[in-house]
Amino acid sequence: MSEIKQVYLDNNATCMVSPGVRDAMLPFFGELYGNPSSMHNFGGQVAVHVKAAREKVAALLNVSPDEIVFTSCGTESDNHAIRGVLEANSEKRHIVTTKVEHPAVLNVYRFLAKKKGYRVTELEVSKKGDLDLDQLREALTPDTAILSVMAANNETGTLFPIDEIGAIAREKGVIFHTDAVQAVGKIPLDLKKIQCDLLSLSGHKLHTPKGIGALYIRKGTRISPFMIGGHQENGRRAGTENVPYVVALGKACEEAMNDIFDENNRVRKLRDKLEQGLLSVIKQAHINGNPRWRLPNTTNIGFEAVEGEAILLHLSAAGIAASSGSACTSGSLEPSHVLMAMQTPFSYAHGSVRFSLSKFTTEEEIDYTLKVVPPVIQKLREMSPFYDPNK
Amino acid sequence: MWDYTKSVMDHFSNPRNVGKIENANGVGEVGSLACGDALKLYLKINPASGKIEDARFQTFGCASAIASASALTEMVKGMSLEEAMKITNDDIARFLGGLPEQKMHCSVMGKEALEAAIANFKGEKVEEHQDAQVVCKCFWVDEEKIRHQIREHKLTTVEEVTHYTKAGGGCGGCIPDIKRILDEEAGKAAEPKEPPAMTNLQRIKLVTSTIETKIAPMLRNDGGDIELIDVDGVDVYVKLRGACAGCPGARATLHNIVQETLRAEVDRKITIIEVK
Ligand SMILES: Cc1ncc(COP(=O)(O)O)c(C=O)c1O
Ligand code: FES
Repeated sequence: MSEIKQVYLDNNATCMVSPGVRDAMLPFFGELYGNPSSMHNFGGQVAVHVKAAREKVAALLNVSPDEIVFTSCGTESDNHAIRGVLEANSEKRHIVTTKVEHPAVLNVYRFLAKKKGYRVTELEVSKKGDLDLDQLREALTPDTAILSVMAANNETGTLFPIDEIGAIAREKGVIFHTDAVQAVGKIPLDLKKIQCDLLSLSGHKLHTPKGIGALYIRKGTRISPFMIGGHQENGRRAGTENVPYVVALGKACEEAMNDIFDENNRVRKLRDKLEQGLLSVIKQAHINGNPRWRLPNTTNIGFEAVEGEAILLHLSAAGIAASSGSACTSGSLEPSHVLMAMQTPFSYAHGSVRFSLSKFTTEEEIDYTLKVVPPVIQKLREMSPFYDPNK
Repeated sequence: MWDYTKSVMDHFSNPRNVGKIENANGVGEVGSLACGDALKLYLKINPASGKIEDARFQTFGCASAIASASALTEMVKGMSLEEAMKITNDDIARFLGGLPEQKMHCSVMGKEALEAAIANFKGEKVEEHQDAQVVCKCFWVDEEKIRHQIREHKLTTVEEVTHYTKAGGGCGGCIPDIKRILDEEAGKAAEPKEPPAMTNLQRIKLVTSTIETKIAPMLRNDGGDIELIDVDGVDVYVKLRGACAGCPGARATLHNIVQETLRAEVDRKITIIEVK
C-alpha cells in the first residue's frame, strides 16, 4: 500500500479551510480589528473588506450585493428564512416542504406544526429520491406561506430541479426557499434563472472555518428580521459583523467561482472512478439516490448484509474518513430519514456509506480508498449471518 | 464518535470465534436485518458433562454488537450450562470494560442469543412472540422483555428503556405503552380510563370511515392498500398490502401506522389484527 495516512472523504459534513481563505482572514485578527460601522479610519478600512466580501458572495449567485445577509451558519439561514417569512405573512398557515430536507429545515417545520399549529405538507420522494412536480404543484394553495425544497441532498447528493420548482412557485404566488448549503460552490447556480426568493448557504461546506453562512433574500420578499438590534445588514440581522469570517466567506466564494469548473470535471471523474471501482469489485452493492441528477462530489453506496458503523470504524483505522446513514452512527436506531423516505431496503440501508470529495481530493487518495474498502466489506460479510455470496 | 473502550475496539477489530460450528447442538438466533443488528450463536455442548466445548458466532451489526458477540463466546467456552445461564448482559458489558449507555442493547442481544442457544440444546421451544404482546412494532420487542429490563436495571425513563431494548427508538408509536409499563412497574396504577362512550355500532362506523378517508388514501399513495374484514369490539381485522410486502420492518411500520391512526381517531384500545 502507498504511504497515505489520512484520506478525508467526508466533505459534505465539513471541509478543510483552504489556504487562500486562511491567509485572507489573518489580517483581521491583527491590525484590521475595527468595527465596520464606525466613523473613523479603523472602521472604514474594515468596511471596505466587508463590502468586497458581500460582492463576491453575490457574484457567485449572480445577484445584487444588497440581497445578501451574512449569518452565523446554514442552520441560522434556514431558520431566518422560514421564521422570518411566516412572521411577515402571518395570515397564511400552510407550509410545503420535502421529507428529505436537512434537520435545519425539517425540524423547524415539525416544531412549528407541533407548537404553533401550522399545517405542514412533507412531499414524498421516489425510490431514487426524486420529487413528483405535479404533486408539488397541487400541494401549493392560496394558504401556503412558504415552500422549502433543498437544492442538493446532503446524504445522497441528489439534485432537485429548483429552476422548475421556482417557476411553479412563482406561478402559484408562493415564496420559495431553497437550502443550497450543499449545492453552492459545487454546481453553478444562477439566480437570474432560478426563481427562488430565499437561498441558504454555509461557509464550512465551501472551505471556510465553521460559523459563517449567508442568506440570499430576493428584493421585495416579505420577511421579518431574525435578530433585532443595531442597523447592521440593513436591519435584517443585527449584531456586529463577524468580520474575519465574512471575509473568509467572500474569499471562498471567489475561489469557488474560479474552481467550479474543476469541481465539475476533475472531482466528478474521481467520484466516478471511486464509485465504479467499488461497484465493479464489490457485488451486492447499490447506489442510493439518482445517479443522473447528482452533485459531482458525492456517492452514497449501500452494501448488503453489513452495518455502516462497523464499516466506518474499519475505514477510520485505515485513515479514511467517510460517513453513514446507518442507524448506529447517528445515535438513533433507524437508518437516516433520507434513506427511509426513499424506501431503501433494510438489506442495505444499514450498510450505506457516503463518500464526499472536494477539490482537494487527489487521485492517489481515491486509489488508496479503492484498495482499502473491498477487504473491509469482505471481512464484515464473512461474519454476517445474512451474507450469501451466491445470491 | 462513540467512546468505546480499548477492549471493545480490540474485540471489534479482531473478533474471536467468528464463524459457524457445523455440528453445533445449540444454536440461537436473535435480531433481524430490519432491526439493524442480529446475532447467530453456535454452541457445541458435551451432552454427558454439560460443558460448553466450543462457541462461535455470526453477526450483523455495529462495533459494539460485534464486540459483545466476540466477548460472549470467550466467556462461555469451558463453562457448564448452569454457569452460562447465570451470565447477564451486564457481565458481557463488564467483560468489555463497559459499553456506552445507548449501546447496552448490544449486550442484551448477546444474552438473548445465549438463552436461545441453550433452549435449543435442551429441545425447548423458544416461545414465539404473540402479536398481542409486542409493544414495539419497529423492533419487535414484547412487553415481557421490557418489564424484565426495567426490573433488572431499575430503569425509570423511556430513554433508558430504549437504550436497553431499542423499543421506542423508531417511529415512537410505542412510547405511550412504554410509559404505561414504566408506571405500572413503578407501582403507580395506570389511571383508570373512562369507558368509551361509544356504542359498537358507532365504533364500527367510525373505524370504517377512518379507514376509507384517512388510511386507505395514505397507503394507496405508496402502492399499498387496506381492506377492512371485521370489527369485534376493539379488535379490528384487516388485510394489509404494503409497497414492499416481503420486508418485515416495513410491514411492522405499516401495521403500526394503521393502528396508531385508528387509536387516535377512534379508540385508544384498538388492536389491529392482520388477516392473511
Ligand atoms: C443541506 C444542509 N442544510 C443545512 C446544513 C446546516 O449548516 P450549518 O452546519 O452551517 O449550520 C447542512 C450541514 O450539514 C446541510 O448539509
Ligand atoms: S418505536 Fe416502537 S413501535 Fe416504533
